Amino acid sequence: MENTEMSKKPTLDAIPEVKKEYAGFLKNNMREYGMLLSLVAIMAFFQVMTDGTLMQPLNLTNLVLQNSYVVIMALGMLMVIVAGHIDLSVGSVVGFIGALAAVLMVNYEMNFILTTVICLIAGALIGAAQGYWVAFFRIPSFIVTLAGMLVFKGLTLALLEGQSVGPFPRGFQLLSSGFIPELFADTGSVRLTSLLVGVAAAAILLAVKVHGRAKQVKHGMEEEPAVFFLLKNVLFAAAIIAFSYLMASYKGMPNVLIIMFALMVVYTFVTNRTTIGRRVYAVGGNEKAAKLSGIKTERVSFYTFVNMGMLAALAGLIFAARLNTATPKAGTGFELDVIAACFIGGASASGGVGKVMGAVIGAFVMGVMNNGMSIMGIGIDYQQVIKGLVLLAAVFFDVYNKNK
Amino acid sequence: MSTILEMRGIEKTFPGVKALNNVNLAVRTGEIHAVVGENGAGKSTLMKVLSGVYPHGTYSGDIVYQGQTREFKDIVDSESVGIIIIHQELALVPLLSITENLFLGNEQATGGVIDWELSYARAKELLAKVGLKDPPSTLITNLGVGKQQLIEIAKALSKEVKLLILDEPTASLNESDSDALLELLLELKAQGISSILISHKLNEISKVADSITVLRDGATVDTFDCRKEAISEDRIIQNMVGREMADRYPKREPHIGETIFEVKQWRVHHPIHPERVVIKDIDFHVRKGEIVGIAGLMGAGRTELAKSIFGRAYGAKISGEVHLHGKKVDLSTIQKAINHGIAYVTEDRKGDGLVLDEDIKKNISLANLAAVSDKSVIDEAREFKVADDFRNKMRIRCSSVLQRVVNLSGGNQQKVVLSKWLFSNPEVLILDEPTRGIDVGAKFEIYTLISQLAAEGKCIIMISSEMPELLGMCDRIYVMNEGQFVGQFDAAEASQEKIMRAIVRNVKNGEH
Repeated sequence: MENTEMSKKPTLDAIPEVKKEYAGFLKNNMREYGMLLSLVAIMAFFQVMTDGTLMQPLNLTNLVLQNSYVVIMALGMLMVIVAGHIDLSVGSVVGFIGALAAVLMVNYEMNFILTTVICLIAGALIGAAQGYWVAFFRIPSFIVTLAGMLVFKGLTLALLEGQSVGPFPRGFQLLSSGFIPELFADTGSVRLTSLLVGVAAAAILLAVKVHGRAKQVKHGMEEEPAVFFLLKNVLFAAAIIAFSYLMASYKGMPNVLIIMFALMVVYTFVTNRTTIGRRVYAVGGNEKAAKLSGIKTERVSFYTFVNMGMLAALAGLIFAARLNTATPKAGTGFELDVIAACFIGGASASGGVGKVMGAVIGAFVMGVMNNGMSIMGIGIDYQQVIKGLVLLAAVFFDVYNKNK
Repeated sequence: MSTILEMRGIEKTFPGVKALNNVNLAVRTGEIHAVVGENGAGKSTLMKVLSGVYPHGTYSGDIVYQGQTREFKDIVDSESVGIIIIHQELALVPLLSITENLFLGNEQATGGVIDWELSYARAKELLAKVGLKDPPSTLITNLGVGKQQLIEIAKALSKEVKLLILDEPTASLNESDSDALLELLLELKAQGISSILISHKLNEISKVADSITVLRDGATVDTFDCRKEAISEDRIIQNMVGREMADRYPKREPHIGETIFEVKQWRVHHPIHPERVVIKDIDFHVRKGEIVGIAGLMGAGRTELAKSIFGRAYGAKISGEVHLHGKKVDLSTIQKAINHGIAYVTEDRKGDGLVLDEDIKKNISLANLAAVSDKSVIDEAREFKVADDFRNKMRIRCSSVLQRVVNLSGGNQQKVVLSKWLFSNPEVLILDEPTRGIDVGAKFEIYTLISQLAAEGKCIIMISSEMPELLGMCDRIYVMNEGQFVGQFDAAEASQEKIMRAIVRNVKNGEH
């Protein structure tokens, strides 16, 4: 700023320098910003095309409820894909766990909390059973989980004896259809507690980011230009608050949203900041180098499957609670949405690359498109065509960027 | 006698390296012409130029074949005039039959439909020519390496070969298989087929070669006519290695202490073919502050030895003992090896050393994440500081340690791998080809660093195919061949001739 008044020359030199820095940073992080921007663009597009229905509180709440299980499984799938594998069985596991929960609660009248615990453990064991063959016997994950897909689809049918089983106890239903309780007395049309939770989440996120940034600057390790950092995080915080306001003006925050958000935070932390997260990336990026660095690569792969199984079980419980019944068809084709979410979110099919936020955004891109197209009255036939093309386009964009 | 091939003034440059510099090679019709030289002398590059792997325009100089100047675009082009190359790594599809392999890409077919009767009949003819009696429907995977090599030659014969190029054909063969192959070459010669034989085994060369061309540092040193005079192996060896040693290595004064690292009766079997012994009862030791070299040709088993010691990263049925400070230690997993202060810097930094998509910082901390984390949570600031310190100390040229390693030059990538292992705080460093594929300036930096590490009292084991490097750096050199140590020299008495002699004659020199 002062330069402009002193002389012209330094300004001319300085501006390209700064621009170059921005351009360089943008180029390196094009994928991340591109993803976010395309989600915004897609939301804006459907907001216009549906005459504002998309962002109505009721629809937004539905959007969250419909996509929660995809987002939750995408967190696990991302780790599996980053480690260099794939899990095709998650859809069947969703169905199987739903059936298991139904049989335990309806036929055996088991307490719903105990049921939930048993189901999560069962999910982890399913993941372990599949991961065992992949990690320790080096059977390609595609084959092992294809087998798992068939096995658990069959077991679902067997458990349910081809029938739908339900309904569930009220407490269990709340997992999916409940909202966080209102603590304040009559607050009019807006649920204050939900709004406050949103504002608090935004504030905490912002504080954490600023604190981290300060630490980076102190050690001279910041990469993102300050302008971008501020812009991104302020917009993000504003989006969270706006979002919670919309939710608060309907029934408040769904319980599922809280679970989902908590898991997102945990998995972002695990992938970015913990040694196990780092090891998953190293194993997927170069297994031989990881092994020669003393990492137990088999065990790392194994754990990603255990984790995936547990998250698939959680998704299965949420899905069953949402329908209030377990059906033999539950979960069919979910694996495709989950895997697509990861790849749209920038994960590499050859492993080693991918971010939690990317997978979440990818899941919402798919979710918003599903929802928007349904409101617009586009048939299920062309919805699938369009989703397929979007997946291809996103991955093409990745590959093209990489080769450039 | 006429000349079938003449290569004149061939020059070939790779980014930053001049691989061939004015190479001349003349092969007479119907002779066996041996090309010899050290690893990296340019033999394989020259053959790739000749066969069109490096097409016309990517090199300079002329190729005159059968009296005409040729400009090959690709392998198909050179094969069409009868020049056929058989690479060291065989190009056969293991799960297809002999017949299918013989005619791969050249199927006996009309309109895309294979005539199996004709194929089998022709295959039988070809097999008879190379002296094989196996049925043509045998799968390649069921044949031994020696027979596979003969199949490759039969494949060449099916293409009406006039000039056959063999790159180290006997490297993985046992003696009787090697003899059979050499016999076959002589037979082909009698039928008027010329061959170029690239080999390290001088005894084989003196058996069959009519002329010998020696390459060194990408240039022709000399050509001998074996029919005019007997050529002694010593003369060839001198020509292969005879270069002066300039000031390419840092001065160092070794301060050698007591024995720290000792390997006893180390025996390793092949992981896939457990009946094959890859490392045969090796004993060696390294003292404090000592740089010990392991010399040998490619395939001598040096990398296998290093990896098998480093947490059994290679091999099966490993037996033997490793002693550290006089005490027997358990190095059965890589984690245990690292914890005991052993580090192995791989020869294949892209394949085995680096996670290319990750940044410098994450690569450096990978083998010792515990040191930059508290209770499994990584302290990013500490990690960054560690990496940045290494960046300054090792002079890694990069914009920041957040740069991805895939974008670094070979020399800088090597410094990242070294940093990773230095951060694991080792006492014994095994450096496998530490300067492979990096330029001269970066090499000097790596040498300086190795000297410093030795001066700090670390034990260094340096594996290298470049003998001058070993002679310039090491206090002691072991010579390895076919899974055994076949010689040991102190720095003062070692010379390239002595090492080469120990390898090619497989005679034990010095105390052992």
